[in-house]
Amino acid sequence: MMSYFKEIAVGFWSLLAGMAVTIRYFVKPIVTVQYPREKIQMSPRYRGYPQFIIDPETQTHKCIACDMCARICPSQLITVEGTKFPGEKQKRATQYLHEHQYCSLCGLCVEVCPTTALDFSKVYTLAGFRREDFVIDHLILLQARQKTAGLPITKIPTAEEVAAAIAAEAAAKEAKEKAAKAQAEAKKAAEANAAPAKEDKE
Amino acid sequence: MELVAQFLGSAGARMVVGLIGVIALVSVNALFLIWMERKVAAHMQLRPGPMEVGPHGAIQTVADAIKLMGKELITPEKVDKPVFWLAPIVIFLPVLLSFLVIPFSQTMIIQDMNVGIVLILAFATLSVLAILMAGWASNNKYAVFGAIRSVAQNVAYEIPLLVTVMSIIIMVGSFKLSDIVAAQDRYWFVLVQPVAFILYLICATAETNRAPFDLPEAESELVAGFHTEYTGMRFALFFLAEYTNMFIAAAVATVLFLGGWHGPFFPGVIWFLLKVYAVIFLLMWFRWTFPRVRFDQLITFAWKILIPLAFVNLLITAFVLKLR
Amino acid sequence: MIELLGIEEKTYTLNLGPQHPSTHGVLRVILEMDGEFIIKAEPVIGYGHRGHEHMAENRNYMQFLPNLGRLDYLHALAYNQCYCMAVEKLLDITVPERAEFIRVMTSELNRITSHLLWFGAYLMDLGAFTPFLYCFDDREHVLDLLDRITGSRLTYCYYRFGGVPTDIDDDFLAGCRAFVSRLRSRWNDYHNLVTKNVIFIHRTRDVGIITRDQCVKYGITGPNLRGSGIPYDIRKSEPYSAYPWFDFEIPVGTKGDIYDRYVVRLAEMEQSLRIIEQACNKIPDGPIMAEKVPKRIKPPEGEVYQAVETARGSFGMYIVSQGDVKPYRIKLRTPSFANMSFFPEMAVDTLVADLVANLGSIDVVIPEIDR
Repeated sequence: MMSYFKEIAVGFWSLLAGMAVTIRYFVKPIVTVQYPREKIQMSPRYRGYPQFIIDPETQTHKCIACDMCARICPSQLITVEGTKFPGEKQKRATQYLHEHQYCSLCGLCVEVCPTTALDFSKVYTLAGFRREDFVIDHLILLQARQKTAGLPITKIPTAEEVAAAIAAEAAAKEAKEKAAKAQAEAKKAAEANAAPAKEDKE
Repeated sequence: MELVAQFLGSAGARMVVGLIGVIALVSVNALFLIWMERKVAAHMQLRPGPMEVGPHGAIQTVADAIKLMGKELITPEKVDKPVFWLAPIVIFLPVLLSFLVIPFSQTMIIQDMNVGIVLILAFATLSVLAILMAGWASNNKYAVFGAIRSVAQNVAYEIPLLVTVMSIIIMVGSFKLSDIVAAQDRYWFVLVQPVAFILYLICATAETNRAPFDLPEAESELVAGFHTEYTGMRFALFFLAEYTNMFIAAAVATVLFLGGWHGPFFPGVIWFLLKVYAVIFLLMWFRWTFPRVRFDQLITFAWKILIPLAFVNLLITAFVLKLR
Repeated sequence: MIELLGIEEKTYTLNLGPQHPSTHGVLRVILEMDGEFIIKAEPVIGYGHRGHEHMAENRNYMQFLPNLGRLDYLHALAYNQCYCMAVEKLLDITVPERAEFIRVMTSELNRITSHLLWFGAYLMDLGAFTPFLYCFDDREHVLDLLDRITGSRLTYCYYRFGGVPTDIDDDFLAGCRAFVSRLRSRWNDYHNLVTKNVIFIHRTRDVGIITRDQCVKYGITGPNLRGSGIPYDIRKSEPYSAYPWFDFEIPVGTKGDIYDRYVVRLAEMEQSLRIIEQACNKIPDGPIMAEKVPKRIKPPEGEVYQAVETARGSFGMYIVSQGDVKPYRIKLRTPSFANMSFFPEMAVDTLVADLVANLGSIDVVIPEIDR
């Protein structure tokens, strides 16, 4: 009999204890943020879509089109094309496409880049009507960012310029090979001349 | 002309004016209560609730009502058409009519009947019939499930409700609600009958199908409730009926236990409404704190705990009254 | 009497469909019911099959790293840890101490978020909507901490073979300490609101009992196993990573009902807090990546099995390598699969309301079952 009443009393008290918790939280200030009227700063390492880092010295991107990022990407969504322009030491990217609709934000492309050309942006407000809206052309994006930052805009090489550069490179390579061949023949001839001269002497 | 004059001066006019007032009150009350529920829930959960539509979301309910009115009234093919159509009306009308006897202030009662409290309790029972009609007519396993559970729950919790109300009635000696309020001019009945007040609150929560007794309309359970097949304005009527039922239950609690319209300085109506909304806040507080009670535990709770306690309370009250 | 009236007693079939608010993922359960009682419950899985094991055969070891976060997204770091440890075993790389500490700290933080989410979601299944929001408030603090060092909030791809790629800073340690004290101050609220609540106790006591024999028979691991009284935790029985350096206990239940599993999970959160506290105090300085990690991960021929203790149970990874850059076969032994296999037996002869309570209490994540 007593246990019946005790059970009721204990149960009733537990309900009151629960109600005390909720009423305490009722008078506490709210913890949510009224987005989009208030926005939160993303942390420095937050992963938005990858974008080129603007090198402070050259004020352009650092991509050398080595294709490491395209090879490491698990979803195979990066397309890089580049060539060496006459007068420059290394290759330069002429096209860099990133299909963001398949990206899993794993960060492997950012990690393996040998020139640390890539970094995560802090953009999370992506919306579009078609899948194609999410294909990011990084060179065009770079131009937009340079414009907002007031930096000189890097020109994207046109197809003719790229073809010309490739042709120039091929020609330079050929010329180099020819010169090397000629030099090798001259050396051989010099050695051949030196040998009979020696024979003559003897 | 004479007939018109006669009509205007008579109780009929009083009733018409009263009913128009009641319909206005019910609509405004539903608008306010839905907003209050969302705000109370939100602040207990550390978030702001509706904020966009109107200042602090005040006209959010209006937007929701307009949306509901725009929805298509779908009648599935194999339902029992007359019953299907009647169910929302049958659930809403008794609740509306219960307003006839509620004393908002000393003079503001539409029809002060001799059997005031019995009328309200009788109409509360009618809503059980409406739930059964809704569930049965829907021709849907889930709906029938929900309806049967609701009927069992309501019937089980009516008994302690009636017995608890009886304890107050025998103290006052009359069923008239205005008499009950008038008898509380020196002290409120909650001070002498705390157990009855708590029992009444629990039974009111169960009668209005509110959490923790909201199994019939449980959202995260298997079934979606007895109003699964109702769309648009019909669903809105069920919703409206639930919130108005809450108001009636709170109003009865105020009249029986909290002294009705008694209170210093302010006019009676203000005190009455304040007390009613305080009780409604209590009901909302219950909803957002407790998990749901399982069905068999619900019935066990009613039969094994509430009914004995209610009867013991009645006996003690009768005993004390006899001794006086 | 019923026979006289010619009424047959039939059972009817009800479908708890793939889209449902309280199945934790896309799970379909076909129920055969007699009134309110369930006679047979048959879970239908496969709605979330994405072919992770097949993907493993077509990707490098490095390229498979993001996949692991998507298996059990609630405790993703433990899955990452298992994979990295397995490949490190094949390559015979030793991870530096600081990296091990960072791994353990982040994994335990992730375990806390997983248990918190289970707690909130389970109470939502039972009908109490408020604790869900409180748990998510607590989770926000952890997610912010982990966001600051990994960059992600849910599907982390943080560990690498040989260590961790980015280091933690003092702000992170201060944040961890603040979080530990914050969560400890919340236990009281949770106990008052939920654990002592008479309605909750009545819904979870003596319901959904898993006996010890059934645990062993079905291969149930994790808090479900410990709730039934068997104190088996891989972190203690086959210690890995930095766990031997920490002092923590294994909470064990007695009866194996839902209440015991609930209490075990809450106690596990407290033990995780202890581990994080000790790690904050003890973390050594040093390198975060091993020295001789090859650029192209090409493990020698061989097989390895590595198991870790995740929030759901024992996750095991079996890798078969044939000396190539891509693994020949990776088999994922997920805990939810074994835990779920007990569900049909647990559901027999119970009420529908108990079905939802039972399903929530074994804490399954369906993408992990379907892989």
